[in-house]
Amino acid sequence: MSWALTTDQLTKDYRVGFWRPRPYRALDSLTLQVGAGEVFGFLGPNGAGKTTTLKLLMQLVFPTSGRAEILGRPVGDLTVKRRLGYLPENPYFYDYLTAEELLSYFAALLGYPPDERKKRAARLLDEVGIAGERRLPLRRFSKGMLQRVGIAQALLNEPEIVVFDEPMSGLDPLGRRDVRALILRLRDRGCTVLFSSHVLSDAEALCSRVAILAGGRLIASGDLTEMLAFRARGYELVVAGVDEAVIARAAPDARCVRIGPSRYTLELPLDPPPDRLLGALTAAGGHIVSLNPVRGTLEDFFVERVRSAGVGEGRASVWEAQR
Amino acid sequence: MKATAAIAVNVFRESVRDKVLYNLVLFAILLIGASYLIGQLTAGQDVKIIKDLGLTATRVFGLFIAVFIGIGLVSKEVERRSVYSLLAKPIHRYHVVLGKFAGLALTLLVNVAVMGVALYAVLAYMGWNVDADVQRAWGAPALDPAIGKAVALIFVELLLTTAIALFFSTFSTPILSAAFTFGLFIVGHFSADLRNFDQVLDSPGAVFLARGLYWVLPNLAQFDVTEQVVHGQPVPAGYVAIAVAYAALYIAMLLVIATAVFSRRDFK
Repeated sequence: MSWALTTDQLTKDYRVGFWRPRPYRALDSLTLQVGAGEVFGFLGPNGAGKTTTLKLLMQLVFPTSGRAEILGRPVGDLTVKRRLGYLPENPYFYDYLTAEELLSYFAALLGYPPDERKKRAARLLDEVGIAGERRLPLRRFSKGMLQRVGIAQALLNEPEIVVFDEPMSGLDPLGRRDVRALILRLRDRGCTVLFSSHVLSDAEALCSRVAILAGGRLIASGDLTEMLAFRARGYELVVAGVDEAVIARAAPDARCVRIGPSRYTLELPLDPPPDRLLGALTAAGGHIVSLNPVRGTLEDFFVERVRSAGVGEGRASVWEAQR
Repeated sequence: MKATAAIAVNVFRESVRDKVLYNLVLFAILLIGASYLIGQLTAGQDVKIIKDLGLTATRVFGLFIAVFIGIGLVSKEVERRSVYSLLAKPIHRYHVVLGKFAGLALTLLVNVAVMGVALYAVLAYMGWNVDADVQRAWGAPALDPAIGKAVALIFVELLLTTAIALFFSTFSTPILSAAFTFGLFIVGHFSADLRNFDQVLDSPGAVFLARGLYWVLPNLAQFDVTEQVVHGQPVPAGYVAIAVAYAALYIAMLLVIATAVFSRRDFK
């Protein structure tokens, strides 16, 4: 796989405090690769360092140490910026402009001639679903509408790589669905998408690979299917035609829930394997309706890794409580 | 260049859609108009009063526009986070600084021109209403071309003030930037006095400091030729050229420092 984006020991310290400023490490030695054409999720609780990383990639802040490259060139290189789209977190634009004027302005900065600016603005506002509001001043836009404008401006130059910071933020369920569909369309066009989120279901639905940050450190990264394949934590068995007493004898440790007449769902541990149990239930006249491994969700994986890393414990708890 | 122009046009658009700007310009024009009435209250000094009040109104209201728009040019972008999307575009940070300056310069040009035209209109009305004999007693004609020079110098002074406001705006909050800019504007009108501090001070250290400040602080008094214009004294083209060259150099220096500060800044 060729890399669209790489970071090498990328570190950022901020100075905090007025009288006696001391360094605060927002990002600690991040080494990461994002493949060309993939949808890469950047996950972590609030304050994990996600936005700092994205700002470093956009050169809105400068690294304390380490380096980052996009499309084989150092970040900040104008040739790279021409092939890049960026949506900041909770974007804010100029109140006095309309959506159309804003996009035309940004298209001018991208070097497009006047007629092309208008065409692109119209097409993208249509794509993000706010064509009807294109002549409305941005001060009248809701948070969700501004988010859509933000996405539109990030796509003006038909970028090869887009960096979205919390793209679902402020969107209603329809908006979230639209953005998910948009990200998949971008992927299908061959565009690399890097997005940060603390909504794990978005990552689960969209990403091929993810990185998890906590306390400014990378605590896990890799292929999502591989990550979760190893996360099977037991089995779910649905059996019919036997009574509860038979089940209790055959599987004393299983959690049994009656779901209908002589029909039960059993939650089984990963060990021992269910082969013997299946034999016993069939011998007792039972009928096996289904047997499925119970996979851990990304949420389970996330919370466990954040906790085991011993960073952001409090934040992980807060995040868990908010679920 | 294209990026700078696009940013400048956007600043101009922001300014012309700002109601505060219209209020300031309207108030300045009203004041210039009112100078005609105030002039009527004085005996034989009416045209001088109109010129004096008109030029002062142009300077003061131009100053308000330069400072209040200038201090927000960069800091507002940073505070409201619109700078994130802007800097993600294929532009250098110096494009932002230069574009912002050029945009406000364009705004000031239009506003100062409007105020200048208003002043000339009042003076033309005055000249049209007064007998030729009375006019001969005036030190200079009502429509003295020197007023144009005075207005041009006010514009140059406002450009310098804009550069000062923009410079502070790259690293400071709007309130502090306004305080610093107004402070420098006032000090700048008296900085020439620092040169002759050796005549009133004995301490060589204080004299050295005063001389140092004289060279560092902007000398804004040279842009004020109101007195000469009011009393019909000439404003030589050479004088104007030197003042403009001084302003150009000072503005360039401020923009270079502002760009250096802005280019190294982290946008947390």
